[in-house]
Amino acid sequence: MTVIGQPFFQHAFLAGSFIAFACGLVGYFLVLRAQVFTGDALSHVAFTGAMAALAGGYDLRLGLFAATVGVGLLIGGLGRRGGADDVAIGSVFAWILGLGAFFLTVYTTSRSGLQGGAGTSVLFGSIFGLNADQTTTAVAVAAAAGLIVLLIARPLLFATIDGEVAAARGVPVRALGFGFLALVGVCAGEATQAVGSLLLLGLLAAPAGAAARLTDRPYRALALSATLAVAEMWGGLLLSAAVPQLPPSFAIIAAASAVYALTFLIRPAQASGVGAVQAAPHQGNVWRAPRTPDA
Amino acid sequence: MRPAEAGAPVFSWNLVADFQDMWSYLYMVNAFRAGLIVALVCGVVGWFVVLRRQTFAAHTLSVVAFPGASMAVLLGASTTLGYLGFCVAAALVIAALPRRDREGGAEESALTGTVQAFALACGYLFMSLYKGLLEGPTAILFGDFLGITTGQVAILGAVGAGVLVILAVIGRRLLFASVDPDVAAGRGVRVPALGRLFLVLLGVATAEASQITGTLLVFALMVIPAATAQQLTARPSLGLVLSVALGFVSCWAGLTAAYYEPYPLGFFVTGIAFAGLVLAHVVRISRDAIGRARTLQAVRGAA
Repeated sequence: MTVIGQPFFQHAFLAGSFIAFACGLVGYFLVLRAQVFTGDALSHVAFTGAMAALAGGYDLRLGLFAATVGVGLLIGGLGRRGGADDVAIGSVFAWILGLGAFFLTVYTTSRSGLQGGAGTSVLFGSIFGLNADQTTTAVAVAAAAGLIVLLIARPLLFATIDGEVAAARGVPVRALGFGFLALVGVCAGEATQAVGSLLLLGLLAAPAGAAARLTDRPYRALALSATLAVAEMWGGLLLSAAVPQLPPSFAIIAAASAVYALTFLIRPAQASGVGAVQAAPHQGNVWRAPRTPDA
Repeated sequence: MRPAEAGAPVFSWNLVADFQDMWSYLYMVNAFRAGLIVALVCGVVGWFVVLRRQTFAAHTLSVVAFPGASMAVLLGASTTLGYLGFCVAAALVIAALPRRDREGGAEESALTGTVQAFALACGYLFMSLYKGLLEGPTAILFGDFLGITTGQVAILGAVGAGVLVILAVIGRRLLFASVDPDVAAGRGVRVPALGRLFLVLLGVATAEASQITGTLLVFALMVIPAATAQQLTARPSLGLVLSVALGFVSCWAGLTAAYYEPYPLGFFVTGIAFAGLVLAHVVRISRDAIGRARTLQAVRGAA
């Protein structure tokens, strides 16, 4: 296992751990808020942003984050009440993806010398290609995103489960929705560097979906989602190191999907975590606001 | 996108001459025929997709076409079989999932999203195992109208006709079940079974469209024309016609543009379709505003 000692593997391991941590946290809320489609739309926007930056001669990550955060906020503005309208998102997303194909052509035709699969590496990731600087940035951004999610977790949970009651209790529901979509944008940009824009949805949805199936307790599910994401990232990276034929992106997503599939064997019954929580929002004091007026 | 021997054709604004020029190449004729079929099938199926708010499932199915095609390439089999097999299988998986009304949404989308990511990852694996393809995955993802054979057009036509015939038979019940599932169930319509059947039809339609527009951009022909039509009219018959017409115009205009310009077909098709959607939104908003102003005037006049 000499691969594990190599710097490229250590970079991938370090960056991957933090990226998976942030994606696990954000992904849980994404699943709980039934906004997985938003994550999907953002994932494709990431491709267009990165390609536009490359075509314009800028750093790929500049376009990546500008596009994901910008479109995250745009989606919040388009949908009613900061929520997400599937058709509106889908249409914008399709148009933007078309633009991505356009920029890819511009990039590959204008710089014919170095067209060595830039499109493929953005679409499907190149985590083993991260250098030291990129790793540091990825770790810092992912850590910041994860920290912010943890800080706003409590009001965000409340706003997610019962927006109207939360608004009545003074929780800034709309601002939280916007802020959350911006965070999703940041995570989408981060995950693009790890598993690629087309596969980042697996990193967002699979650990969170598994955690939501395994427990009804929101904080426990949040922690479980982040833990699972990190463990799946490690598993995927090690698998890819052991079997070089498997690209790391595939191995990571395969690990995540396998864990999610296992939860269906462990708990095949009706009671899904998300469903049970939303069906009975006032059972158990986790969902209570800090102050209960007349209990 | 053009073959080298075609030189650099210039758009002359004389549409008859332009079409004669394009139709002197068999691959363009086939592309236009295929575009017509795809626009027809996607316009009708997509109208129901938008009505039933199943855009996420539609997108997932189109994405699943990617591993289908890349596995067929890897095994040396016909890509048509790969597309059809994977899309229909994925549709059955989504259809087998128990559908609950409100709280099922989150669970369903998490599962759909995971299936989608895993499918794409598998496609990527097959592509990286198969090292022979020079263009990489982008031709499958973003479409390539050059390689459409007459035989493929025939298959597309036959499969598309099958989808349309089934939709013609179940159309009224499906509309009923989509608009008001509870009442429809009360009247004896088998709502869950219809939903599953529709998902399979969606899978088939997606599979054949993927072959033309690329797996990632099927969505543009499937959802945007239908969403535009539903902005402009609530009547099903008019909406269906409008949806097909819009898809057809974007498809053929996109093909024409892609013939004369070096940029990919998918970019033009999505751009034209999306412009139509934005225009329809503007029309609807201004129509609403005029209506409100008239009501206000009438109220003032009465007072």
